[in-house]
Amino acid sequence: MSGPLKRRIVAVATWIGTFLLMLVICLPGLWVMLTGFRPNREVLAKPAIWIPEQFNLNNFAKIFGFGAEQIAIPVPAYFTNSLVIALTSTAIALIIGMSGGYAFARFRFPFKDSIFLGLMLSRTVPGIALSLPVFMIWSRIGLIDTKLGMIIVYTALNIPFTIWLIDGFFRQVPKEMSEAAQVDGCTRWQAFWKVEFPLAKSGIASAGIFAFLTSWNEYALASQLTRSTDSKTLPVGLMDFTAQFTIDWAGMSAMAVIIIIPALILTFLVQKHLIAGLTFGGVKG
Amino acid sequence: MSEIKLTNVVKRYGRVEVVHGINLEIAHNEFVVLVGPSGCGKSTTLRMIAGLEEISDGEIHIGDALVNDLPPRKRNISMVFQNYALYPHMSVRENLGFGLKIAKQSEAMIEERVGEAAEILGLSELMDRTPAELSGGQRQRVAMGRAIVRHPEAFLFDEPLSNLDAKLRVQMRTEIKKLHSKVKTTVVYVTHDQVEAMTLADRIVVMKDGYIEQVGTPMEVFNHPVNTFVASFIGSPPMNLIPARVESGKVKLADGASVPVPNRLADKVRDGQDVIFGLRPDDMTPEGHGINDTGQVATLELTVDLAELLGTETLLYTQLGGQDALGKMFDPRDVAAGETLRFRLSLDKAHLFDATSGKSVRL
Repeated sequence: MSGPLKRRIVAVATWIGTFLLMLVICLPGLWVMLTGFRPNREVLAKPAIWIPEQFNLNNFAKIFGFGAEQIAIPVPAYFTNSLVIALTSTAIALIIGMSGGYAFARFRFPFKDSIFLGLMLSRTVPGIALSLPVFMIWSRIGLIDTKLGMIIVYTALNIPFTIWLIDGFFRQVPKEMSEAAQVDGCTRWQAFWKVEFPLAKSGIASAGIFAFLTSWNEYALASQLTRSTDSKTLPVGLMDFTAQFTIDWAGMSAMAVIIIIPALILTFLVQKHLIAGLTFGGVKG
Repeated sequence: MSEIKLTNVVKRYGRVEVVHGINLEIAHNEFVVLVGPSGCGKSTTLRMIAGLEEISDGEIHIGDALVNDLPPRKRNISMVFQNYALYPHMSVRENLGFGLKIAKQSEAMIEERVGEAAEILGLSELMDRTPAELSGGQRQRVAMGRAIVRHPEAFLFDEPLSNLDAKLRVQMRTEIKKLHSKVKTTVVYVTHDQVEAMTLADRIVVMKDGYIEQVGTPMEVFNHPVNTFVASFIGSPPMNLIPARVESGKVKLADGASVPVPNRLADKVRDGQDVIFGLRPDDMTPEGHGINDTGQVATLELTVDLAELLGTETLLYTQLGGQDALGKMFDPRDVAAGETLRFRLSLDKAHLFDATSGKSVRL
């Protein structure tokens, strides 16, 4: 077999293999998306209808309380809760992550390595294992079923990760950059904002996305610590679609689409930063 | 006026003292090079002058001001870093103008100064590029440009050429020298390369292990090293240092060979003193192949182990006093390994150091 032909076959095989793999990975997500736009009876039809016959936004209108058909699930409230909790906890985790990451990357202080290791070890505890102790403490201090309670939990979950990620990015910005800026007339604070922050912002953006998605998608802890429209988030709200004898698959899928879309938009928006962030090293003096 | 004065400056990291109370006065517009092997404290000293390291003890003055507690931005100095430390997210123009912009200078003034620096360093064509789009030499020039636009009291250079290839290094070295003659300012320059030190400096400061070993003009340091460390560090190839003992007017080498005590040092040594005989390869040449054969000369028959032809000269590896020694043959002919040649040792240029202290017997 000649070289070019062989290469061509390998390329085609790789392409087919990748396609099949991506199909397996993406199919459930794709199916959820499709289901969200189809009426329940088509979803439940037997034999299954593979190619959608009706395709509309009725499910979305329904769960948001528009149109003729209405359901008794307060999706807008859940959506607001999710957004408030995820954005606030991400913002706090980023502020603390930037301060902590910068400190670990730049300063020497006693027990630095132990503290860092401790932070990383806290990541090894599965979130669900924390649910009981957190539940007990939260119930005593009245944080059960509050947005504040969820914000604190998610901030705490995210901080070790944001510190770790941002530390790595600041480490890769040579400290001479900040020194040069200081010699050039900057205060340490100005040197940070004008030189070090712009160079590490890809990493900070990645950390922010990861933190947001963690909070946005989290189910286990939220299912324990939330009760009502005061604090229930979208993933927990999904369970509202299961009644004793029925499951509203179409409505549930429509809500799943609502959950997925902000995450997708965010990821696409900052994709450039994310890739630059995850493959850092392009910045050289 | 922009003299820099270091008085008993000490630097400690925790309990480890790395710079031990050094004293140094650098005159207005002087080009001073701090040179020494890695770990000698030269970069730390420079960083203390810049304010990037706190000093543990002593005083640093720049001009008339005591700057011990001033942050770098208030010292009116500028610095060129080894890795250039250009801001990668800014164009060359923005890099050059950054310091002035921070100082809230007018747009017109920034433009004028940046243009002037670009003119001096030949950067005018590159103003809109980012550092990633520049070659090593161009980045180096931008780093220097960033230093000169602010018209500081002093330039500090921290091994600025060590990231460049050999050819570019020589080229940039001359550019730095030219720059200093154009932009008359006090310069403190750190390098581990003694050739850079010799070529650039008005005065060289040789450092070792956190101490200053010798301060002097390149000629003084080269011709009159105060100890064996300076003797071996300055000059390339390094000075031959052969253990010997003074016996009845002769310097007796370990292998039994002897040369007369150099006349100019005769009253500086005593009989029976253990010394180290120092002679640069340039002053140890085969008969008829030297450049300075006049004055007090000793001759020795030495066997050449290896000859390295460099073109205008040949390096001759031989044994002297039971040790490897290096001679030079100017206007060279082919020399075979194992050939015995009559070497002329120029004793006017020879040095004697005390064997125990390592200090020159002149002192």
